[in-house]
Amino acid sequence: MWFLQRVTAVFLIGVLAFHFFQLHFVEHAADIEFAGTQARMQQPFYFATMVLFLVAATFHGVNGVYNALINQGLDGRARTVVKWVLVLASLGLIVQGIRVAMAMAGVHIG
Amino acid sequence: MEEAYDRGVIEDFGRWREFSAGMWAWVFHKFTGWVLVGYLFVHIPVLSTALVGAETYTATIQGLESLPIVRVLEVGLLAVAVFHIMNGTRLLFIDLGIGLERQKVSFYASLLITAIIAVASVPTFISGVF
Ligand code: HEM
Repeated sequence: MWFLQRVTAVFLIGVLAFHFFQLHFVEHAADIEFAGTQARMQQPFYFATMVLFLVAATFHGVNGVYNALINQGLDGRARTVVKWVLVLASLGLIVQGIRVAMAMAGVHIG
Repeated sequence: MEEAYDRGVIEDFGRWREFSAGMWAWVFHKFTGWVLVGYLFVHIPVLSTALVGAETYTATIQGLESLPIVRVLEVGLLAVAVFHIMNGTRLLFIDLGIGLERQKVSFYASLLITAIIAVASVPTFISGVF
């Protein structure tokens, strides 16, 4: 976990900086419209980067929160409960994020 | 190494007056981290309007971006993200054993770079709403 937290950190440094740059300086955030998002998301590399970004950011963020809570003294039963709540919330966010990414790219399954 | 700060077993934010630079770096990193995950859990639901339809998505994003408060919060988010990235990079180097002697200076450098980038971005983020 310690190592994964560092690996996702390195990846996120680049992607998050790119994301801000892309959506505020290259595209003006106020001018974002579905067609633009779709054009970006239909490029396989951009799509893959966004989905990886979603997974890495969720893991890195939620794992960070969990570690912070342990630092604050969370343990025993409460720790187990919190852990599973966080795991479920993360999976939910990732599943939803992938559905969204597919809708953006115009891909429909089922 | 910088001067040691004995955190005790459980963090006690009530002792903030005693915090050294390293402790502040740690508190800021934690705080900016919470803001970023919080943002992510709001960001995906907002983007989820794409599931409803193209018009809803465009209308939602452009509606949000037309609110001055959203623009101001976005500058705040940028500052938070830049600090988290700069300080996080610093921590990665420290984990690798690089710069152990310069932790305080590199923390101040992170703060400075964050401030510069945030201020320099204000015109781009704000343009058109006020
Ligand atoms: C105010 C700054 C931000 C704006 C305007 C913004 C806007 C967007 C937009 C429009 C998309 C859809 C893709 C596209 O159109 O190219 C997107 C995707 C995404 N953003 Fe952001 N974003 C911002 C900040 C962030 C931050 C700070 C994070 C991480 C904590 C983040 C994480 C993501 C992720 C993971 C996706 C992919 C979603 C998916 O695949 O379902 N964004 N963002």
